[in-house]
Formats: sequence, structure tokens, C-alpha cells
Amino acid sequence: MQILKLLIKNSFRHKLRTSLTVLGITIAILAFGLLRTVVSAWYAGVEASSASRLVTRNSISLIFFLPLSYKEKIRQIPGIKNLSYAYWFGGIYISEKNFIPNFAVDAKTVFEMFPEFVLPEDQKNAFLRDRKACVAGEKVAEKYGWKIGDTITLKGTIFPGNWEFVLRGVYRGAYKGTDETQFFFHWDYLNETLKKTDPNRADNVGWYTVNVTSPGLAADVAAAIDNTFKNSLAETITETEKAFQLGFVSMTEAIIIAVRIVSFVVIVIIMAVMANTMAMTARERIGEYAVMKTLGFGGWYIAGLIFGESFFIASMGCALGILATFPAAMAFGDAMSTYFPVFNVQRQTIYMDIAATFIVGFVAGVFPAWRAVKLRIADGLRRIG
Amino acid sequence: MEIKEPIVKIENLYKTYRRGSQILTVLQDINLDIADGEFMALMGPSGSGKTTLLNLIAGIDTADSGIIEVGGIDITNLSETELAHWRSANVGFIFQFYNLIPVLTAFENVELPLTLTSLSKKERKEHARMALQIVNLADRMDHYPSQLSGGQQQRVAIARAFVTDPALLVADEPTGDLDRVSAREILDLMERLVHELGKTIIMVTHDPRAAEMAHIIRHLDKGVLNANTEAPH
Repeated sequence: MQILKLLIKNSFRHKLRTSLTVLGITIAILAFGLLRTVVSAWYAGVEASSASRLVTRNSISLIFFLPLSYKEKIRQIPGIKNLSYAYWFGGIYISEKNFIPNFAVDAKTVFEMFPEFVLPEDQKNAFLRDRKACVAGEKVAEKYGWKIGDTITLKGTIFPGNWEFVLRGVYRGAYKGTDETQFFFHWDYLNETLKKTDPNRADNVGWYTVNVTSPGLAADVAAAIDNTFKNSLAETITETEKAFQLGFVSMTEAIIIAVRIVSFVVIVIIMAVMANTMAMTARERIGEYAVMKTLGFGGWYIAGLIFGESFFIASMGCALGILATFPAAMAFGDAMSTYFPVFNVQRQTIYMDIAATFIVGFVAGVFPAWRAVKLRIADGLRRIG
Repeated sequence: MEIKEPIVKIENLYKTYRRGSQILTVLQDINLDIADGEFMALMGPSGSGKTTLLNLIAGIDTADSGIIEVGGIDITNLSETELAHWRSANVGFIFQFYNLIPVLTAFENVELPLTLTSLSKKERKEHARMALQIVNLADRMDHYPSQLSGGQQQRVAIARAFVTDPALLVADEPTGDLDRVSAREILDLMERLVHELGKTIIMVTHDPRAAEMAHIIRHLDKGVLNANTEAPH
């Protein structure tokens, strides 16, 4: 019999108490899972970075431009496989609440540089042929109901005016973590317009992205690029794409730290609730533990029963919490897709859920188990009757 | 007349409890022999040390000094773990309030101590079924304690006490929570265990009618065992 049978029966002795505790753990695991997913989503761009891609930007700040003339000089540096460039456009679609990350890109090289953005060949050709063409991620196209051939107008903020584009392609992410909310259009279209309206800002780019022939060359190539433009009017800083993305994340580090702390606080709270449940349970059963010891069951057997019950209750809550995390994350991700283009529950989050459950189950069982081990039979029997 | 070997032999037993700075002597200089197959009642007023003596004999409490030999083993020298093993094999317990595990059926309660033995699952079930048959509860084996009367619960507790076939059964006020009819049934059952299965029973009781069923009655008063051995009428 079966310690397992006894501990399962014991777990349901107080159905309401057990149900409420399981519900509490379910909610805690759900909250923990969602908060950890928010943290993962924050780092999604970092995770999706390629080890062989470098980003070169103005050394003063990203908001300062780099001349287009750097393109050929960079291309000549040994170890570079290909090069692309882009500009943060910052256009608004209808209203400011509709945030879409939109970029003016070098149409010829962008999809070669970022193979994780998968665009059908016919759509790619259509995009290349039309200077006013744009390509959007599947998620953003779905969200706003865009179809191929639709005209999309963005209101420029950095580059004033209403900018019209024709949707020529919808890309999909090659991986689960690929951002499908971006919007690309021809840098040439932007540049030609600027030449007419604001010539001082023409022939510039926001940053260059270069692909090195081998990730091992990244440091040398980065140094070579920056040396090339040392003491020029626009000095550069070149870093790996990952470091570049981390730079953005670090701007909001305080928020991430707060989210992380809250996620652990949730676990600490449920640990206290669970510990209370187990302490109450064990106190009620002191007499039974004494009887079992009298029958010859050792203290560690009783401790096993207590830990088993604690783990069993925690595991039920954990399983339900994990199951609830997926639909909740999907709903949360859909609702917040503007801010979290990639909102997937990562395997690591599930492992952390399980680890948190194990810790909760263990901590909640420690004190009652220790009391049961130390219990003198005569004292325990005196508590009965 | 046949002279039986004592199954329990107690020499110069002392037990004290500390309450704050006060030391209370609960048992002093107890010397007692209990023969194999004997049914002994231990009587005395509340606080006389009856239950403490019973607990010491059963190995669930430890003495300050003295020797307690049960079946030739001095249990005062055993460690906590050794005592647990020893109890599971040598002593059966009957409590005043039955102390059955409420979430287990009568059958599972009786089977519980057998899980500490090397018996197979099939053998365990056979033993538990047989024990419940002996206490006339074969038809109630799937009932939970809450579905049984006090007398039936105590019979289950008795079945649990002897299912591992221990030589010694200790009973602390086994009829204290029962009506007269049920108490009588329990005492008859205990007598059967002595006569038919050859068990030795030590029973603590306040009830003179219960003590009447024993072969021998010993009295404790203020921790001292009365030298007179009384035989029931």
C-alpha cells in the first residue's frame, strides 16, 4: 500500500483546502509563466540574432546617420560576405497606437541578409520591381487585414508627410522566434524623395548590417570597420547583432528586473500558502503519525508521506498552471502583439515552472516533515482523544 | 502446575518527567514478570503511571534506568530505528480511540502494518482477510472507519494489532470508549486471542469489569507497583 495510495488519499482528505491550494498554485504558476514569457519576449530580438551579423552605426548615437558612401569602403574589408543597410522610418499607420516597426531597407540585399524572413520568390520579384513596394510580416498583415496589392499609407514622423506604399509581399518567419510584425520598404524610395524635399538628409543610412564569412572573424572585422572611419566626421561603432539588440534591451532593464522580481515574489507567496496548508495538515495528523510510528513505520517514512503529499498537491497545481499558460500566453501575445511581436512560452519557462514547483513542494514539506521525524510517539498519542 | 517463562521481565525500572524545573517521578523501582500467554490487567488511579509503564514495555517510550526484557531482548538498549523494527515484529497495539487511519478501509488499515514485512502482496491480502475474519468483520472490510460503529472500529484495530502475529499485545483502555455490550465483545475477543492464538496481553484499564476478564490484575499507585498480585474472581 503503498505510500503512493495513502498520500493520494491523504491529499484529498480536505477537498476544499486541497482544491484552493491547487488553484492558488495554478494561478501562481500561470502568473510566473506569463511573467517569464514577458522577459523572454523582451529578449526575443537578442535570441533571434545571428552570430555572424554585425551592425555598424554612428558612434555618437543611433539617431545620427552614416553616409551611404561608407558602403563600398566597408564592403572592401576582408572577411565580409555581404552588406545591407537600413533606416528607422518611424511612420505611423492611421494612429499612434498602431505601432509597426517600419524600416527603409536596401531592397536588393535585405532578404539575403535576413534569411529568417521568408518571402516567396514571386513576391520578392514584385517587391524589387516596384520602388513604392513594401513587405510586411504575416502577423501585422493579418492584424490590419492587408492584402497583396493594397495601398498602405504611413504618416512620417522623422520624415514628414504621408508616404504611400503598395503591399507586394508578406513574409513569414523561418523560426518560431522570428518577428513577423515588421514592415520594409525601399530605401531608394525614401532617398529619392529626400533628395527633392530635404536634400541635406539624403544619401544617408541609419546603420549597416554586415555578414561575416565566419563568426570567428566578427571581432576582427568589427575593429577593422571602426578603424576605417576613425577620425572621420561620422565615426562608427560596430558590434554583433546580439550586442546591438542587447543595447535596446538594456534601456529598459529596470522594467525587466521588476518583472523578474515580481515573478519570484509570486512563487514566494505561493510557497507560504502551500507551507501553511502542509503545516495545518501535519498538525491535524500528529496523532496518526504517532500511531504509524507505533506500528513500526520510521520517521523518514512519515516524512516521505508528507513530502509526497506536498509534491503531489504542488504538481497538480503546476500541471494545471502549465496547461493554462499556453492559451493565456497566446491570448496575451495577440492582445499585446504591438509590444511583443514574439510571445512564445519557451521550454526554459516550463523547466522553471517545474523547478519552482519542486522548490515550493520541498519547502512546504520541510517543517512538517522535520516535526514528524522528531515526534515522540508518547507525545503524539497524548494528542489523540 | 506448569511454570511458564516470562515473556516480559522488568527490573528496577525508573521513569521521570521534567516539567519546567520540576522533576516528576512517574515510575519507581518497578519489578515485574509477565508470563507468556498471560492476560494481565494493569489498574490504578489516573496519573499512577499505567500508560507510561505500558508505553515502556511496548518500546514507544524510553526509561531513565532499569531493564525491560521482552522475549529475551533488552529493549532499553535499542536505538530508535531498532525499536521501530522491533515493535513492528513483536508488539501489537490496541488504543482507547481505535486510531484507525480514516482514509483507509478496514481492510487497508489491517494490511498497513504488513507493508513493513517481507510478505508478498498476495500474502498480505490473505493475512489481512484472515485477521478480519477472526474479528468477525469479513463483511465490512471495504468500509471506512467512519462507516463502522465504535465496537467494529475497535475490532478492526485488534485485527491490525495481531495481523503481524506479534507475541505481545498491549491495550490502553480498549473498552474506555465503548458501551457495555461492545466492551464485552471486545474483551471476549481479547480472551480468544489469548486462548486460541496464545497471545500475551497487557491491558491498562480503569474498568473493574474489564479487569475481571484478565488472568491477573496488578495495581499501580503513584508510580509504585503493588506487590500483591490479584486474581480475578
